[in-house]
Amino acid sequence: MHVDYQSLRFEYRRSPDQSAAQMAHHPVVVVGAGPVGLATAIDLAQSGQRVLLLDDDRCLSHGSRAICFAKRTLEIFDRLGCGDRMVEKGITWKLGRVFHRDEPVYSFDLLPEGGHRRPAFINLQQYYVEGFLLDRARSLPEIEIRWDNRVSGIVQSAGKVELTVETPEGEYRLLADYVVAADGARSPIRKALGLESKGRSFRDRFLIADVRMKADFPAERWFWFDPPFHPNQSVLLHSQPDGVWRIDFQLGWDADPVAERAPERVIPRVRALLGQEAEFELEWVSVYTFSCLRMERFRHGRVIFAGDAAHGVSPFGARGANGGIQDAENIAWKLALVLRGEAPDSLLDSYDMERAAAADENILNSTRSTDFITPKNEASRAFRDATLDLAKDCAFARRLVNSGRLSMPSTYRDSPLNTPDADTFSGAVVPGAPALDAPLMVDGASDWLLRRLGGGFTLLHFAEEAPVPPDTVPPIRVVTVTSAEDAEGIAARRYDTQPGTTYLIRPDQHVCARWRRFDPDAVRVALDRATGRG
Amino acid sequence: MMLNTEPNIAAPDDFYEALLAIHQDLTPEQSRAVDARLILLLCNHIGDLDVLRQAMARAREGIEPAGRDAIIAIQA
Repeated sequence: MHVDYQSLRFEYRRSPDQSAAQMAHHPVVVVGAGPVGLATAIDLAQSGQRVLLLDDDRCLSHGSRAICFAKRTLEIFDRLGCGDRMVEKGITWKLGRVFHRDEPVYSFDLLPEGGHRRPAFINLQQYYVEGFLLDRARSLPEIEIRWDNRVSGIVQSAGKVELTVETPEGEYRLLADYVVAADGARSPIRKALGLESKGRSFRDRFLIADVRMKADFPAERWFWFDPPFHPNQSVLLHSQPDGVWRIDFQLGWDADPVAERAPERVIPRVRALLGQEAEFELEWVSVYTFSCLRMERFRHGRVIFAGDAAHGVSPFGARGANGGIQDAENIAWKLALVLRGEAPDSLLDSYDMERAAAADENILNSTRSTDFITPKNEASRAFRDATLDLAKDCAFARRLVNSGRLSMPSTYRDSPLNTPDADTFSGAVVPGAPALDAPLMVDGASDWLLRRLGGGFTLLHFAEEAPVPPDTVPPIRVVTVTSAEDAEGIAARRYDTQPGTTYLIRPDQHVCARWRRFDPDAVRVALDRATGRG
Repeated sequence: MMLNTEPNIAAPDDFYEALLAIHQDLTPEQSRAVDARLILLLCNHIGDLDVLRQAMARAREGIEPAGRDAIIAIQA
């Protein structure tokens, strides 16, 4: 069944909170039903936590916004119960090609190895992502969504947050233990608390056109520097579902942002790329400038900022929405534990540490890409052009060409929640790293490691035969992978296993400790540390 | 490794002549392109980022910025 998620309108319904004699109390209020807010609410609800989700209008996002969703994000969507729908609808891709003028100079394969359930990337319009997340959220009784509920005031005092909420029927107030502000780049909550997001903006303008057409470009990311059809500027082409193509034309700083949006200006640019006979419709057109910025801290008392509210990047690298979804899963399990009284409030500080480091990594990568695409002085321009000229026949220069370093999940290397290795390990899954997927055979049926991990703290135990770990562990789930199940030995390689190797995995599927042999005392200490009790 | 600033080129005058020769009859813009390519080729040949950073710092010494990058500080 096709649903036009862009045109859905949701009903505003009066809540009993609006006429309550005393302010209603909610353990956690998530503000903003975008991808980050929805993911946060679903994750909290899946751990049994009641959530109130407020949104300032009655619809999902429309037009050209995030489109590239990375493998790690899809794995998170799997855990949130909507990964299949995303992947079925999305356009799967992993190859990027870079052209200089009319010649290919560089290409990259974002997932050259097999043995992963999810592809490197899918392209999917943000309104579908939000729609699928919303459908999932609506199936969870723990989540209450209030449309047309705009937060207009916020005060923190005496261990509570007081929110003033405006509705079509006037305003009301409510109390929350914690608020997750996922209210977007212009975050009204950030402003209401007198906080800032700071950074830099690039002196350049980009025309983003989503075009509906029949075309036979492959499902790859194509990036041109100085192509004949758009001289001296760059162009990016991406395929989206429903025959929609994202075309991103660099215009330069002097372009008139209003005039450039006019169809009579846009259509010739698109024709120059597609050919004069091309038939297409403009689905969406806008002109943007890009910035990289972040808040100094993502946690302010009982208010936690996530996604674009906390940090912003330029789109080259698909690090905005992907970074935001990783914020969501980082804060959700921590909030759930704190609200259940199973972890101290200070655990939430680790959200700020881990996700601020991730934001810095995203901003660094995004800034470097934008510096390459939009040279900021004559020397940057000269080196950029020299790199592209040399890239044609010098391998080293191809590695310098930067049209976007695409989103990878952060490894929380310096997180206080990690237990440093006492044993010797090789491989990429260090403490702080997201668990890697691997194909398994379980009872003759194929399965995936990440699917078996699920959520919650989990001990991942590798053994010759199951089941090995004794039942002396604190109450956490044990997933045993035998060498027979790991038939291809991919898990063994990725996790550098020996019989007895044990990983402690956090609810967000990041590794926080690992050992060569199972030791219940060590597990208990590591678990305390990972929940802020250590 | 330390950046070597001691004489290291066997025939310094030949080198210098060759360096100027690649710029013969070029406009400043063309020269800038040649220099940029040359720097990239040499940096890759050296490879050691620590040495490269020392060379960059030495090259930049004593030059006070008199221009301005096209970047805008923002606050949201």
